[in-house]
Amino acid sequence: MTNVAHAVIEARGVRKRFGRAWGLRGIDLTVESGEIVGLLGPNGSGKSTLLRLLSTAARPSAGELRLFGRAPEREAAVIRQRIGVLAHASGLYGELTARENLRFAAMMYGLPPAQPALDVRLAEAGLAHAADARVRTYSQGMLQRLALIRATLHDPDLVLLDEPYTALDASGLTLVDRALADLRSAGKTAVVATHLVERSLRHCDRALVLSAGRVVYDGPAAAVPASVFPSAMEGVA
Amino acid sequence: MSTSGMSSVARLGRVAGLLALPIVAVGLYLGLVWAPPDAMMGQVQRIMYVHFPSWIATALAYIVGFVCSVLYLARRRPTLDYMAQAGVEVGVLFNTTGLITGSIWGRPTWGVWWTWDPRLTTTAIMLVIFVGYLLVRAFLDDPEARGRVGALVAIMGFLTVPIVYFSVRWWRTLHQVQSSPNTVDHSMVIALRVMMVAFALGACYLMSRRYEVARLEAAVELLDFDPETEGRRG
Amino acid sequence: MIRAELRRAWALVWKDLLIERRAKAAFNAMAFFAGMVLLTFGFALGPDAPGFATGEGTLLQYLSPGLLWVAILFTGQLAADRSFQLELERGGLDALRVYPGDRKALYFGKLLANLAVLLLMEMLLLPFAAILYSLDLWGCLPALAGIAVLTTLALAATGTFYAALTANLRARQVLLPLLLFPVLIPVVLAAVKATALVLRGDPMNELASWVKLLASADVLFLAVSALTFEYVVEE
Repeated sequence: MTNVAHAVIEARGVRKRFGRAWGLRGIDLTVESGEIVGLLGPNGSGKSTLLRLLSTAARPSAGELRLFGRAPEREAAVIRQRIGVLAHASGLYGELTARENLRFAAMMYGLPPAQPALDVRLAEAGLAHAADARVRTYSQGMLQRLALIRATLHDPDLVLLDEPYTALDASGLTLVDRALADLRSAGKTAVVATHLVERSLRHCDRALVLSAGRVVYDGPAAAVPASVFPSAMEGVA
Repeated sequence: MSTSGMSSVARLGRVAGLLALPIVAVGLYLGLVWAPPDAMMGQVQRIMYVHFPSWIATALAYIVGFVCSVLYLARRRPTLDYMAQAGVEVGVLFNTTGLITGSIWGRPTWGVWWTWDPRLTTTAIMLVIFVGYLLVRAFLDDPEARGRVGALVAIMGFLTVPIVYFSVRWWRTLHQVQSSPNTVDHSMVIALRVMMVAFALGACYLMSRRYEVARLEAAVELLDFDPETEGRRG
Repeated sequence: MIRAELRRAWALVWKDLLIERRAKAAFNAMAFFAGMVLLTFGFALGPDAPGFATGEGTLLQYLSPGLLWVAILFTGQLAADRSFQLELERGGLDALRVYPGDRKALYFGKLLANLAVLLLMEMLLLPFAAILYSLDLWGCLPALAGIAVLTTLALAATGTFYAALTANLRARQVLLPLLLFPVLIPVVLAAVKATALVLRGDPMNELASWVKLLASADVLFLAVSALTFEYVVEE
């Protein structure tokens, strides 16, 4: 795969229908390799829906979506190899320990389940002390840390993060910050949906603001006009 | 495909319906008046002119439902889902008709309403399978999920029918029930054939109407709840 | 490529069985439920009612193949439901949707885990049935095991298919048996007939037809489910 001509994400008129309403009403979006995009908007504006489509968990009702130049409905297997997803729910199993959860994820990603490497990741996330505790006993913040490791275990080229700052304490917030900085320096592409505008935009090149399933702002993260921010969003001083 | 005016399906369906009317009339005359009563069963046997044609219509409609379900999974055109739904619903209608007429025929013939005859039992199981299809759809609000889940239920159900038939037949081998018309009067066969053609055309007509209703429902759903969308898709 | 898929399927089996071992309560409740069904049949039909046709034994003994497979059918439905329930707790199903690879691996992984759980349950249920209905199963154990594997495979194959299909639906608990039981009628029929032939002798050599029927049901269910599973887990 040496052809680098393709944008990582290309969406043309992408819509997603939920029963009697549209979740997304026509998204046009191109994200180039190496961009870190902040995805903003009030609850119900379509952030999570867009991330679900980008993650290939759901397919668009209409419009055209290309990831790495490939169509998800035909080449999902190849695309999924290169995508890491931190969804709203952690995707972890409560009855398994952190180690076992990661071992399972590694096998599903097609990686060799090398325990030392996994342990390093656990230690980095400050979970070494709880590596053999069942995830059921974890706090929300610990879950979120583990979920972040799970999402990026296979070194994906495109990382999709849905509210990565949820339920984290100060050191957890720093951990996500560091993860985003690492992605940037590694030249990865990321889309980060968040309510914490200021915190996340520090790491983003570009901001995308959704409202009622449409893009209402797409431009430099540093220059998001105050008018597009719905009052419901926190962190807008 | 526009949302107003008549689709080609509707036009073909209307032709089938118009053809079906005189053929039903002829068939009923042939079956009820012209053909002689059965030597053994008497007048009761005339229910056969509705009973057997019902199975032709059932088979036709379920096959349409199955084929359109497969195509829907592959192509995801909403119209294919409307047609699949129409096929299954009309199939359920004629399946029920076949079971009721079979039961009515069975009462004076065998003395019971229900005999666990292999064919009747198979068709009863078939009915339950496809009623499951309709029930599942009722629990899904999203048209895409409805089409996808429905298609999968229809495909698995349809392909299971032969296995159901063989299992029930071997299970009931002791009860040999002959109902294939080998030594029947020539006029009976003609009347039966005419009625079969009429029922097949009637099933086509009903499917086309059901298809139209599904198409219009979908269009209204969009207009009604989401004026911003132009109401045309796929 | 195929090796990677096998590893994925194996990962799922390992994960599901580990969870079942940790959350023993779920398996125990399921096995207990199966036993309760057998016990309830005992009360409903009465332990002393004489068997017919053969003229010897009790009614429970005569009907035992049917009772046994109905109990297993009910329990199998619960097991299939549970296997996708544990994926829903923390968004596991969504995570599974996004892992790379062919979705056939997901199907076969979930299926094999289900199969293992059901076979284990049957190993407990069979001796219980033998004691409760005073059946002499010892001599025909290998033949019974063969029938059980073929039947349980069909049960797990369709159970996994329909449970995945209905996992996200409200009213899932009503819909699953509604979809599952009709397509399993031929399987239950064949299993009951085959079991009865094994227990009571097979003078007409009918056993082979029923075994063939079970095997063709297995092939059909596995093929259709595997080929369509991509669409089954889609959302």
